[in-house]
Amino acid sequence: MMLAYAPISALWGALAVTKGFTPFEALSMSAIIYSGTAQFVLLDLNATSMPIFMMVLTVAVLGLRHVLMSASVSRHIKGFSKFKASGLLFWLTDEAWAIVEARAQKNAITPAYFFGAAMPIWPTWFSFSFIGALGGSFMGDGKLIGLDFAFAAMFIAVVAGFWKGPRTGIVLVASVAASLAAKLVLPGAWYILAGGIAGMAIAAATWREEA
Amino acid sequence: MTTLDAPMFLLVVVVMGLATYATRLAGYWLLQGVEIKGRAKAALDAVPAAVLTAVIAPAVFLQGPAEMIAGAIALAVALLRAPLLVTIAMGVASAALLRQVM
Repeated sequence: MMLAYAPISALWGALAVTKGFTPFEALSMSAIIYSGTAQFVLLDLNATSMPIFMMVLTVAVLGLRHVLMSASVSRHIKGFSKFKASGLLFWLTDEAWAIVEARAQKNAITPAYFFGAAMPIWPTWFSFSFIGALGGSFMGDGKLIGLDFAFAAMFIAVVAGFWKGPRTGIVLVASVAASLAAKLVLPGAWYILAGGIAGMAIAAATWREEA
Repeated sequence: MTTLDAPMFLLVVVVMGLATYATRLAGYWLLQGVEIKGRAKAALDAVPAAVLTAVIAPAVFLQGPAEMIAGAIALAVALLRAPLLVTIAMGVASAALLRQVM
């Protein structure tokens, strides 16, 4: 997972430079904001004259899915001290979450496991953003060689790993439909929340006792 | 954002970082001790797939046929249990090729 993220991060760094950010600005964004989704969307927003507070709000909205991830992961880290858990949760990303949840299906999660699974992704992420930014000026048009599609292909692979049968299919269809509808009629990043909420609603509606 | 001077830029980035960190803490702090089961658990379990799908849906379905086919190819490769990097490479390569011919 870590290695898979390095090219994505380098790609983001390279794109950031072409959108007017310096390599050090790219490095600080990757280290501090540390959210690929928010960072890719920020590159798009930077070209618009959107007020700064609206950008912050968009980052917060994009981050809302973390609330749901941290709620679900809290089931597995009940034994951690609140201080330790709060520190470790800085490194809660989509991929760290997926690793921990997969492990939790069979084994108990320890603080050391959480740290080992989640933390190394962070320096990988921000250092490759910096490397990508340094190389970015030599790269040319990423869209021409399909690089902008890397993000989509990666998430397709991750979602395929969550497949648990027809009910997953219904959830995905609901998510796609709501996301596209919202993208077409609403500004900013509301399409992400719309898809997430539609998927959750369908999952709750199709839930049956025995399962 | 790129028009801001250095201290202001860093301040904005730190505020964005705090906003993101707050979302990472919120589920843990607000839902401590709340037992999640049944319908609520089914809804929570659906979150990652639903959210990640929503993130990429416009990029796959709203750009044109090249991206839709590239997405289908990436999905097929992923379902064959190929390593993540192979799936990404196949998706990127087919997007690039299909854009040339479509």
